[in-house]
Amino acid sequence: MTEQVLIASRLSDGLVVFLKRTAGGSLEWVATLKDAEIAESDERAAELLEAGEAAAAEKQVIIDPYLIDVEREGGGPFRPTKFREVIRCLGPTIRVDFGTQTEGREA
Amino acid sequence: MYHYDEYDHALVQDRVKQFRRQVERRMSGELTEEQFRPLRLMNGLYLQLHAYMLRVAIPYGTLDSRQMRKLAYIARRYDKGYGHFTTRQNLQYNWPKLEETPDILSELAEVEMHAIQTSGNCIRNTTSDQYAGAAADEIEDPRIWCEIVRQWSTLHPEFSFLPRKFKIAITGCENDRAAVKVHDIGLIMKRGEAGEIGFEVLVGGGLGRTPFIGKSIRSFLPKEHLLSYLEAILRTYNQIGRRDNKYKARIKVTFHETGAEEFTRLVEEEWALLKDSALKLPKEEMDRIAAHFEPPAFRVLDAAAPESEARKASDKGFASWLRNNIVSHRASGYSIANISLKPLGLPPGDVTSDQMDLIADLADEFSFGEIRVTHTQNLVLPHVESNRLPELYDRLVEGGLGTANIGLLSDSICCPGLDFCTLANARSIPIATQIAERFADQDRLEAVGEMQIKISGCINACGHHHVGHIGILGVDRKGEEHYQIQLGGSATEDAALGKILGRGFKADEVVDVVEKIVDIYLGLREGDERFIDTFRRVGLGPFKEGVYGAS
Repeated sequence: MTEQVLIASRLSDGLVVFLKRTAGGSLEWVATLKDAEIAESDERAAELLEAGEAAAAEKQVIIDPYLIDVEREGGGPFRPTKFREVIRCLGPTIRVDFGTQTEGREA
Repeated sequence: MYHYDEYDHALVQDRVKQFRRQVERRMSGELTEEQFRPLRLMNGLYLQLHAYMLRVAIPYGTLDSRQMRKLAYIARRYDKGYGHFTTRQNLQYNWPKLEETPDILSELAEVEMHAIQTSGNCIRNTTSDQYAGAAADEIEDPRIWCEIVRQWSTLHPEFSFLPRKFKIAITGCENDRAAVKVHDIGLIMKRGEAGEIGFEVLVGGGLGRTPFIGKSIRSFLPKEHLLSYLEAILRTYNQIGRRDNKYKARIKVTFHETGAEEFTRLVEEEWALLKDSALKLPKEEMDRIAAHFEPPAFRVLDAAAPESEARKASDKGFASWLRNNIVSHRASGYSIANISLKPLGLPPGDVTSDQMDLIADLADEFSFGEIRVTHTQNLVLPHVESNRLPELYDRLVEGGLGTANIGLLSDSICCPGLDFCTLANARSIPIATQIAERFADQDRLEAVGEMQIKISGCINACGHHHVGHIGILGVDRKGEEHYQIQLGGSATEDAALGKILGRGFKADEVVDVVEKIVDIYLGLREGDERFIDTFRRVGLGPFKEGVYGAS
């Protein structure tokens, strides 16, 4: 099956964030795909979506959570399968100085 | 230009305060996104692919230097140091933070600007001829009428929840530089039989997934009746326009489904009730607004410009800029100077904070502080002394703003596309920059001559592809970016919709196809025909054959 990641926009600044569960089980919104939790089963993906939607409804820190398919070649980093989501994850292709493609973007 | 009175100031300040409170309530969780979304959209704040996007209204594309400096400051302080000028003569910031947006709106209010009605199903910013008040061919400055429409349409209670968005464009002369025939309402200033001034009224134009060229429903409307007639059109549309289907909700669909004759009858019937109401403009009110648009104090100058002539003879780059970017002005010894925002390798319409500051300085030094935005995503200094053009050119070149390509192939209109927009299916900016790079040679560019390339990243047609001489539409084909090409469109007084060439192309084929089309045109051109003239003479056939091979 295809792995999935939960993506959303952060309310305060609109920037793209991904869902991650910490070791303690609490939810954290991280700024880069490499730090996101990769759901390896449909059940786990559904749990992520549910957690994301609950977070959007209750805590109001993120907007529009949804699942995207990701894949990787060999042991390389995960990348979205859809080109739209690649751009969304990395930043505009015509301004490579913006977005997470620069790494270490401001928090 | 127009300056706010106490009512304008109060209205804009109140809106900033209101929105600040709404943002606080959203941030605290008191409002859900579903509740907040329509409120932020009413203030021009969208959520895009990477971040929020704030669309700032630039009424009829007119700015002064103080406003331009403020736009530069906002870009630097609250965004990433640049702004993007759009086909609606507005400016978009691509990276504002929600929590800072009230501060941005407060900064804008200081210089009589805002983002009200830049989104939503209301009457949007009225657009106009970028050469208004300077053009040699205009009957009257159309901005007077744009401003009257702005005051009437701002927070108009009856028209705040129309079936769909609504766009009005006004041109002061028959040469249409404002694409009025592809607007919901297009107004063309005309003279009546006794020499009086009024408008021809067009309705039902538009692009998007169902493109139409607007049709004339009244050949002459005396100007004092402008608002009552607009109100009659809007009221008719508001009553019979479709609210059941978003894609059939624009007036163009209502107009064409109802039929021009019947729709006109309904408008005229409504107008009979409104014609002599309070909407009839008193002369004093027309004069009051017109006074804001009095021409600046032009000096009495000789038409000859020896400095420019001398430089032209010795400097090929300057001569080229003069030929392509400079337009004659109504006042002797003055010129209209276009500033291209289509330099090689950069997104069409983007301008940095430093460049905005430079343009503001140049406006003060050369153009009575005035700046215009064009619907083709360029800027204009409308009133420059012709003899000072060499000086202006040098300053522009220093700031990376000396590109001499207005109206040429590399001066394309281009939407943000999939690089920024949530609606897009494909990228458009890389297509624009790749085409410009292929035709980077100035001699070749000028040999091709007038050519309008317009590129949209989806069917919504923000990049006006239907009315490009060459129109390019990005589509998603099985997850891959694909591009359809149309030929023969025009957005001017001879407006026409392009015809689809044939099957689409992959992203890496588009530039070759454009080059092929240009070569076919050059092979067929008679005399100094423009591409569009040749296309109209020979039709789609030779281009289809040349691109796809004889069938």
